Amino acid sequence: MRFTLNGRTVSLDVVGTRRLLDALREDLHLTGTKEGCGEGECGACSVLIDGEVVDSCLIAVGQVEGREVTTVEGLADGGRLTALQQAFIEHGAAQCGICTPGMLLAAHVLVQQSRQLTADDVREGLAGNLCRCTGYTKIIDAVLSCTK
Amino acid sequence: MCTAPLTAVGRSVPRREGADKVTGRARYTDDIAVPGAWYGRTIRSTIARGAIRSLTLDPAFDWSRVVVVSADDIPGENVVQLIRDDQPVLAPNGGEIRHKEEPILLLAAPDRATLEDAASHIHIEYELATPVSDIGSATEVFSTVDIAKGDVASAQREADLVVEREFRVGLQEQLYIEPQGAIAFPEADGTIRVIGSLQCPYYVHRALKRALKLSDQQAVVVQAETGGGFGGKEEYPSIVAVHAALLARKAGRPVRLIYDRHEDLAATTKRHPGVIRHRTGVKEDGTLVFQDIEIVLDGGAYCTLTPVVLSRAAIHAAGAYSCPNVRIRARAVATNTPPNGAFRGFGAPQSLFAAELMVEHVAERLGVSSVDLRRKWMLRLGDTTATGQVLSESVGSELVLDAALKNAPAVRPSDRPTVRRGRGLSLVFHGSGFTGSGEKKLQGTIAFEALADGTFRILTASTEIGQGTKTIFCQLAADALGVGMDKVDLAPQDTSLVPDSGPTVASRTAMIVGRLVQDAATEVKERLKREKAPLRVEKSYIQPDSIHWDETTYRGDAYPVYAWACTIADVDVDMTTGEVRVSDLITAVDCGKALHPVMAEGQIEGGCLQAVGWATIEEIKMQDGGYQNDRLATYLIPTALDAPRIRTILVENPYSRGPFGAKGIGELPMDGPAPAIIAAIHDATGVWLDEIPATPEKVLAACASR
Repeated sequence: MRFTLNGRTVSLDVVGTRRLLDALREDLHLTGTKEGCGEGECGACSVLIDGEVVDSCLIAVGQVEGREVTTVEGLADGGRLTALQQAFIEHGAAQCGICTPGMLLAAHVLVQQSRQLTADDVREGLAGNLCRCTGYTKIIDAVLSCTK
Repeated sequence: MCTAPLTAVGRSVPRREGADKVTGRARYTDDIAVPGAWYGRTIRSTIARGAIRSLTLDPAFDWSRVVVVSADDIPGENVVQLIRDDQPVLAPNGGEIRHKEEPILLLAAPDRATLEDAASHIHIEYELATPVSDIGSATEVFSTVDIAKGDVASAQREADLVVEREFRVGLQEQLYIEPQGAIAFPEADGTIRVIGSLQCPYYVHRALKRALKLSDQQAVVVQAETGGGFGGKEEYPSIVAVHAALLARKAGRPVRLIYDRHEDLAATTKRHPGVIRHRTGVKEDGTLVFQDIEIVLDGGAYCTLTPVVLSRAAIHAAGAYSCPNVRIRARAVATNTPPNGAFRGFGAPQSLFAAELMVEHVAERLGVSSVDLRRKWMLRLGDTTATGQVLSESVGSELVLDAALKNAPAVRPSDRPTVRRGRGLSLVFHGSGFTGSGEKKLQGTIAFEALADGTFRILTASTEIGQGTKTIFCQLAADALGVGMDKVDLAPQDTSLVPDSGPTVASRTAMIVGRLVQDAATEVKERLKREKAPLRVEKSYIQPDSIHWDETTYRGDAYPVYAWACTIADVDVDMTTGEVRVSDLITAVDCGKALHPVMAEGQIEGGCLQAVGWATIEEIKMQDGGYQNDRLATYLIPTALDAPRIRTILVENPYSRGPFGAKGIGELPMDGPAPAIIAAIHDATGVWLDEIPATPEKVLAACASR
């Protein structure tokens, strides 16, 4: 099967029912996407499929045939951090860092929106991604600093 | 002391490993690819108490591609090395089972499908015994602590009013987002190397040596990037690592043992639940006369760190107050539930919850403001704690109380008709570093090197678990040396490379180990005036002569110093559903010196939210000795939507023996929010809850019975 991963076409010869999370981590060796619960509760495995945030532990790789998948490894452009990644560092939004890849992808979708975002909008947009270190305050500050 | 201007300390410089964490490059245990490694799995008991009658491997299954490890395969002692030798690495055939999910067998296979298949072909029969399920029916005692100051018995005659109350606190899961995991590598010379998610490399090192009969050199422990700990990766990783090592040794190849969330929730340690009873006597004018306190904590099936948790609970039980007559009687009991263990705060959140609510109850009975009563009672410079410790410096009680009150805006009523809003406050202290003689006994050691290329290297076993160890150590060293941070690096947390600076626990890393880093760097700077690099110094903790502690009487300087916090919580209580939402939280923290303000705030905010969860939604219900909510779908922690906006006010009140004045604050934020929230619920509804979490059921029941 073929799909676009971080802007490049990849083809994989695996059973279509394999979890997208396992295909990314074990077949494609992109370990930035994390497994926190394996049942769609924590968001550590969040990726973007055609620009929407999805838990990759709940998706079979067969479902992304022909679609566009973005992982945390696809955010920085040639080693140059995005404004959001930079803001996460500056605001202290990443502590232990295990939720950070998924959180960044959920936040990335938020900051792409053209409307003005409030703190409550950001909270709602990140509600599917659990963090146990920060209390979310620094994450919300980081995201708000990158919104229009 | 360094007198040069600080260029790194006090500045919120970028986190050392920040770029790796935001790009996905940081390698956590399960991210490490190991060609040829097998997958491991633990077979656990399904009963809470009894004995193993038989262990059978189904003869119809092809076991040739599976490695099975039982207690008989343990080359050393079948003991998880910690305080007491009561916990086996694996329950032996015929042996006792003391809790559900107790490890019995280990399996490894080349792929997950074979592993699952093998697991379903193991049959274990048990002799059943009646489990001890709660504190009320427990008879076995792990440890006791008795603290006495003055004379409570005779002071009772002087009190005009005596208030009594009993409080209960529940189990809590650390819920680091990265589950437990380790990978073990057997090497030809008998060395076993373990890479894992852990807080304390040398705890794991000692556990490996004991169970696998290895020499100091043969056991090597390396910390991978670690996705949160909160105490949950203090002692439990020893079990994961020893299990992985046993499998790897028998398989003759690397084995990865990575828990899934369900196993992690079901089997690993939790915060100790407890029952705390208070009797407080006061004069008519509010003068505190006596505090009589009884604490019972549930340790679960094995001792783990329970005596130390109980000790910290007891020492903090009188709260941040000065009382002439104090009696604290604490005991930890055994039940047939999975063992409870280290969790941020380590007993203090439990006992401070009760202590803070007692201030509220006494104030209510006296008809005075609880803030005024706190001002009257609180420990100040020169006052004496329950253990007889005279507080000689850096006492921030009044500073944090004033700072929190000054920054809290007036409470506005909710605009939703069914919602009532209320506000509560708490004032707490938390001892930084190990209790009593702990630091003296441990003698944490670090090394510091000046290299020939003009750079410097810090060698410690203190781990980065998100709290900022790596960054802060580099800041301290850079300013002590008077060089840029780019000139300072850290050796990896690998027991074959770094000395034992002690475990990364007890709010001790920045304050105790950080000071060693500062002192070592200062010494290197001096020596470089006369000598040439490369050179290396080692520094070990030396207890100051002024610190005295008597372990047998529990008298003396329980901690080198205390950090202080005042927390104000606003809650919305929905009177139709009973739902409690913490809408705002302000916390003022006396941290001595904020080495890195953004990280200090972040650690405090995360700790506060963990406490908000403990106080409101994090509930574990027991069923047949196991946890009913052992999945993330049923064990809830606060999301970004549930979390209040948390505002942190850092109060700098330097401590002379901390690095540049800093005190440990890692655990403190776990202490204050829960009692503040319960007081806020009372302010909103007029009812007092004596038990957390304040679930909708409890809130509605309390309102209905009013």
